[in-house]
Amino acid sequence: MYIIFAAISLAVLGLALGFLLGAASRYFKVEENPLIDEIERMMPGSQCGQCAYPGCRPAAEALVAGEAPPTLCPPGGKALAERLANKLSIELDLSGMGDMVPLVARIDESLCIGCARCIKLCPTDALVGAPKMIHAVVADACIACAKCVEVCPTECLKMHPVKVNLRLWRWPKPETAMAGA
Amino acid sequence: MNTRLLSAPFARSEIQIQSIMLTVVLGLAPGTAWGILIFGWSALFIFFVTVLSALAFEAGCLILAEKRVLPTLTDGSALLTGWLIALTLPPWAPWWIGVLGSFLGIVVGKQVFGGLGQNLFNPAMLARVALLVSFPLEMTAWVNPTPLFSSSAPGFLDAWAITFSGQLPADGATGATMLGWVKTEFSQGRLLGESLASGDYGFIKSFLGWTGGSLGETSALLFALGGGWLLKKQIITWHIPLAMLGTVALLASVLSLIDGERYPGPLFHLTSGALMLGAFFIATDYVTSPNSKPGQLIFGAGCGLIVYVIRTWGSYPEGVAFAVLLMNSLTPVIDHYVRPRIYGRDSKGRPLELPEGRE
Amino acid sequence: MAFFDIHALWTGNLVEKLDIHALLNSNRQPKIRGGVHPEQRKEATADHPIDTGFPLPSMLYLALQQHVGKPAEPIVNVGDRVLKGQLLAVSQGMVSAPIHAPTSGIVADIMDYPSAHPSTLPTPTLLLEPDGEERWIDLPEKIDPFNLAPEEISIRVGAAGIVGLGGAAFPSAVKLNLGRRTKIQTLLINGGECEPYLTCDDRLMRERARTIVDGILIMLHGLECRRAMVGIEDNKPEAYSAMSAAAAELSDGKVEVISVPSFYPMGWDKQLIGYLTGKEVPADGRATDVGVLMHNVGTAYAVQQAIRHGKPLISRIVTVSGGAVGTPRNIEAPIGTSLADLLAHCDYRPEDTVRYVMGGPMMGDALPHPNVPLVKGACGILALSQEEVSATDAKSCIRCSRCVTVCPVGLLPLEMMARIRAGQLESALKFGLKDCISCGSCSYVCPSEIPLVHYFKYANGELLTRDQANHKAEQTKRLAEEKLARIAKQKQEAAAAAAQRKAAGKKPKITEQAA
Repeated sequence: MYIIFAAISLAVLGLALGFLLGAASRYFKVEENPLIDEIERMMPGSQCGQCAYPGCRPAAEALVAGEAPPTLCPPGGKALAERLANKLSIELDLSGMGDMVPLVARIDESLCIGCARCIKLCPTDALVGAPKMIHAVVADACIACAKCVEVCPTECLKMHPVKVNLRLWRWPKPETAMAGA
Repeated sequence: MNTRLLSAPFARSEIQIQSIMLTVVLGLAPGTAWGILIFGWSALFIFFVTVLSALAFEAGCLILAEKRVLPTLTDGSALLTGWLIALTLPPWAPWWIGVLGSFLGIVVGKQVFGGLGQNLFNPAMLARVALLVSFPLEMTAWVNPTPLFSSSAPGFLDAWAITFSGQLPADGATGATMLGWVKTEFSQGRLLGESLASGDYGFIKSFLGWTGGSLGETSALLFALGGGWLLKKQIITWHIPLAMLGTVALLASVLSLIDGERYPGPLFHLTSGALMLGAFFIATDYVTSPNSKPGQLIFGAGCGLIVYVIRTWGSYPEGVAFAVLLMNSLTPVIDHYVRPRIYGRDSKGRPLELPEGRE
Repeated sequence: MAFFDIHALWTGNLVEKLDIHALLNSNRQPKIRGGVHPEQRKEATADHPIDTGFPLPSMLYLALQQHVGKPAEPIVNVGDRVLKGQLLAVSQGMVSAPIHAPTSGIVADIMDYPSAHPSTLPTPTLLLEPDGEERWIDLPEKIDPFNLAPEEISIRVGAAGIVGLGGAAFPSAVKLNLGRRTKIQTLLINGGECEPYLTCDDRLMRERARTIVDGILIMLHGLECRRAMVGIEDNKPEAYSAMSAAAAELSDGKVEVISVPSFYPMGWDKQLIGYLTGKEVPADGRATDVGVLMHNVGTAYAVQQAIRHGKPLISRIVTVSGGAVGTPRNIEAPIGTSLADLLAHCDYRPEDTVRYVMGGPMMGDALPHPNVPLVKGACGILALSQEEVSATDAKSCIRCSRCVTVCPVGLLPLEMMARIRAGQLESALKFGLKDCISCGSCSYVCPSEIPLVHYFKYANGELLTRDQANHKAEQTKRLAEEKLARIAKQKQEAAAAAAQRKAAGKKPKITEQAA
């Protein structure tokens, strides 16, 4: 008798919950993974391609699919990596990013011919100038995507490490400081 | 020239882990010596077996974990843990109880958590409770005081046999702790006054430590003095011991006033069992107690409450180990909710309001 | 009347719970928490008079940024001959301070020179080669400051390049202006000097108490405030009596000198505010929000010199001490002197020095070498020997919570450290990382010798970097979107123009046909 009761009640419970789940999947259906959109919004959006994906959206898709680590975006740096890892609830291994030196593009003015090819390519308008005039880099806007380096016909554009001054200097991690004795 | 780029301060206080541990050990020494004195050679043997095996297990774990052995082994933490485990054992316990206790305390209680500072539970109390539950017979085989060199005491070789050959003590030597005696008598329907008299209880005897029990359950006086010395040396603060002893004393006073024939008074409780040892040396363990002073007050009061409840209504005669372990499990919770108020902020961490019209 | 302060429970000290001040005066609630008693080591320099005979060095290195705020902008050229006290670089923006020539000589260069900073990274510096003549600019006749308009005081203090001489180096004029605007009730003068070794404020108060009190009165005039309190730690009885005598003689009861208990960090401004007034500064507020303003005694002295005599801040008194210094003492030295020159003057032994420190041992900065210039905010230069510096490795945290007991802010240093070590910086923020004042009490007392303050400095720097990175990412995104939008718009316009041309191209045909 008890067995029958137990079987019936469990069956009813299973049916009811199954129905609920079915209804939920029907009424709360989402066309596409909203996470991808959200991740894409977090990315720099400069489509620079440094992550080896053709743009920020494909990179976001790869991240959500688990094909790429959260450290994939060099312009975003550690800050973005941490936010991405938080968003995706995955373990973050920053060790690969530890030695990443921030870079900035610089123009050798003696070589620049003012071809303006770099200006067209720069995703953040960090290169300013006019055709046949020497161009200049707005360091604050440069994301070190190095697209301009590839296109420059005279190789006057090069990436240089950002020079550390007192304003940019930070205390090293104590473990690093202790090891450096 | 030291080229390490390190932040200030460049001055350091003298106090170090090693000095803290050694001070605690010194605070324990008088009570331990007294225990060894009244229980004879066997107590000395089990004490050394336990302490040495604790050091051996610590060294073994450090080698396995590929850590530097000597600096950690000499910081005194394993010595202290082994010492405390030894104090919780019956003085005539067989040698393997000591070795097993050290294994449980050092390996299971501390090193598997990641070593010093990482363990959630007090290693010594973990070892005691695990032994008590696993080997109730060996762990409750108490003997009456038989002082070293006295006629009733077993000689060196007899004591060696007791500890290392599993030879049981003669019938006349066994006895019970006062807490156990009162509990047994009460369960047989005898009233408190009667059982205390038949158990040959005396407050002075209990206070000085002329009583059966583990090494740490003997002299309330000597452990209290050792604890007072730790307070004076600023190794511990008054918060946990006072809260713990105060809670036990308060509960005992109230309940013995209500029914004096059922519940023993505060002096009986304070001088019996391992309460003094627990309040000054075990509950105050840094690693497993809360880090703020109000948190420590809560922790101490909780320990005292659980000790009293177990002693009075529980099935075990003594509850210090259980109380400490239970409160250890609450330490993270206490630390989460009880935090100091930050300067310029209210207790919830919001900035204080700017004074209006401050003229 | 709260003489039983629940917060005293945190300190673990029963005695502090009963405070006599609170019993006598309900307005003065004790607000002292935490603190440590490091070895004072002040006796080496405290009883020697200030050495005013420091010979002019062969070169002075004047960093253009010696203060909080924007660096000063040089207005002289290389090769210019300048007089003592002449303005060399002007302040930039609201928070900044000018730089003056500490002696007469020739501007040798303006270049990047190692800075007085743990990194010694080069920073723009003006090199002045003294000519040895010490020729002053034309100093004004003696001025009666109390005839000046109050707002004139802070203008002149700003023009004299005065910054907080207790170590913070915050431009004093900015603070005075703020105090005037907010109509503070009490000016507090910090004579605490709670750092070990340092005695420059102590000596200054002993030897020049009248000048300091005059400076305080001038500041009171500038602030339009009637009351000042000077807090002096009770380990400086000579300074206390000298200051009390000077205050009684000169101040007409306006300046009250109060002995405060000596412990570290009594000189933390908020600690001293709490002790002297019983008030607590809200976490997002300033001292002026509770009606007080605090200046250092050295600053008061500099203000007097600037207003009465028109002398800008071109020298300061600095303690040169430490186990590797043969004849430790306080020196009145021109700003820009190489620290190596100062140490050499005091017979230091480089071979015994394991650490050079600028400032005190609790909050100062370690320098890899002493070839950096003296800046306005440097109150001490220490060459510490082996036995004064602990150099053992950090051990495991045993959660002894001594750091919690001594933290004057009420933080949980051990919990923050554990989280930072695990890389959870955001979590450490929730424990109040930003409220840390880096006083070093926790590291000082830690039996495991964990460099707690270093963890907090690292974490705050890392968080700043990440904030900046996030800011840059947002900026990048905006720029990229703008560029895409612009390109799209250009394409659209091009397409529209092409369509128009097309239409325009067709139209004539139609007209032709029509014609």
